[in-house]
Amino acid sequence: MHLEVNTSPEPDGYLHYIRQKGLFIAAAGLCLILLVLVAIAVGSSFIPIPEIAAVFLSPSGGGVSNIVMNVRLPRVLSAVIAGAGLAAAGVVMQSVLRNPLSSPYTLGVSHAAAFGAAFAITVLGAGSLSHLISDSVVVRNPYIVTICAFAGAMCATTALLVVAKYRSSQPEVMILVGVALAALFTAGTTFLQYFSSADQIAAIVFWTFGDVGRATWSDLILIIAIVLPSLGYFLFRRWDYNAIDAGDETAHSLGVNVERIRSFAMLLSSLITAVVVSFLGIIGFIGLVSPHMMRRVIGSDQRYLLPASCIAGAILLLGADMVARLIIAPAVLPVGVLTAFLGAPLFIYLLIGRNVP
Amino acid sequence: MILDVAGLSFRYNGRSVLEDVEFRVNRHEILAILGPNGVGKTTLLRCINTLVRPHSGTILLDDRDLLAMRRDEVARLLAYVPQRSETGPITAFDAILLGRRPHIGWDIRREDILKVHAIIEKLHLGDLALRPINSMSGGELQKVLIARALVQEPGLLLLDEPTSSLDLKNQVDILAFLRMIVKGHSLTAILTMHDINQAIRFADRFLFLKDMRVFAAGTREIITPELIGEVYGLPVTVVKVNGMPYVIPGSD
Repeated sequence: MHLEVNTSPEPDGYLHYIRQKGLFIAAAGLCLILLVLVAIAVGSSFIPIPEIAAVFLSPSGGGVSNIVMNVRLPRVLSAVIAGAGLAAAGVVMQSVLRNPLSSPYTLGVSHAAAFGAAFAITVLGAGSLSHLISDSVVVRNPYIVTICAFAGAMCATTALLVVAKYRSSQPEVMILVGVALAALFTAGTTFLQYFSSADQIAAIVFWTFGDVGRATWSDLILIIAIVLPSLGYFLFRRWDYNAIDAGDETAHSLGVNVERIRSFAMLLSSLITAVVVSFLGIIGFIGLVSPHMMRRVIGSDQRYLLPASCIAGAILLLGADMVARLIIAPAVLPVGVLTAFLGAPLFIYLLIGRNVP
Repeated sequence: MILDVAGLSFRYNGRSVLEDVEFRVNRHEILAILGPNGVGKTTLLRCINTLVRPHSGTILLDDRDLLAMRRDEVARLLAYVPQRSETGPITAFDAILLGRRPHIGWDIRREDILKVHAIIEKLHLGDLALRPINSMSGGELQKVLIARALVQEPGLLLLDEPTSSLDLKNQVDILAFLRMIVKGHSLTAILTMHDINQAIRFADRFLFLKDMRVFAAGTREIITPELIGEVYGLPVTVVKVNGMPYVIPGSD
């Protein structure tokens, strides 16, 4: 059949509706940019925004330039990229597993990645541990650490995909599997600690608290090199995720290779989780909370939900990190602790009042 | 479009579900697949839609082999309305727009939005367009799902129990609506149904499945008490109401 369109008038209502969503995302993006500037400005010494602009325009190598380029900017970029990446992983996992409680953290993927990374650092000697709080783990070989973290994450993901194939209709089952996986890999990390020195134990424990302040420029480049192409891929597949949201049968009849899209989405989500955990530690709940907040505001259409969730994740993690930096200044709280404090109650709320499909 | 199914067999976990199924649907015809529960009606639809692969047999659509086509090619030729669909907080417009998925590349074009708008106008769904589908009644949702299938611009429309979750008025509405669309848009349609009397009034041809095979196929003339009794294992009486056969359970 062929639909004639020439005679029909413009769908004004709908065009207005999607224009509003576009405007919302643009506004959120603007908020993120402002927050980035503020985050670079505040800290133990305040740097006015014009000076920051001056540093960007002509890096002079002076004191202010050093703080901006080597301390604040890597920290802020880490928060933005990790927040966006974890949120994207969360929204995509929620879609392809058709389970609103999914995220790298709630399904144990983060813990599995942390175990892999800890294994690489302690057993394979890919990093050195020191008792200095400010610099607890130095990753000497980021590739081995990331590869091991990814291997750990893929173990958890494979288990989840098997469960999803047979018991996908029950979100709670999946979460319980996630709890089991988290417990298993936490036990694995504890096992590694048992054979470590007291200093090393302190360092590993400290390391598993997520902290966006520890990434160097070279770490950051690796994080960006993995997260940005993944986000691009997710966006490219947004229509397929919309189709899967409508049910496997519908997706299939719309020409979507459901199994392949699902596996690849989980693989990339694991990769994002692995690289974030390797360099920043475990940061919980960003991947769960951001999509839920945005779904309430602009609905579950992935064309808008995906970018909006990424921006929300970046804003949340960056904002949480600012609070963590300022709340007990001059000491800095690891942001992972703060996101857990904020995210856990919301997770319980979602479990109790689960009315979001 | 003309659908030609020949020698189709399907097994599930080693158990035979369909054996040597053979039938043909002509252009612009509505075929109802009938038979008792568990006889493989839905499986047959799923085979035609290539959701599952038959173990043997051919499915030709206008002489093109559906089983040899890529998934997205199949999606441009036939649309499927499943019995149930997941719903979420997306508007009816967006839900229908999803039907354009087989035709879009990187993103939807203006033409896609206009086509969705055209079908919404045509089906008088304007009031529903911006409502989220998870707040709709069964009948409203069914219309949205049919609109999604139509905006796919298929030649063949498959529907699995399109009236099973609807009340009497909505059943009659949806079927009248479907008949108007099929006849008005040079479509061919195949659907499974439980209510045999509704099927008699709606479809042009009938395919009765029994014991994994085609038991009988043809127009209204084939519907006799003997046939229905054999297929459903229940004695029935067939009376004529306004010239149409009407099946009543019981032998007199």
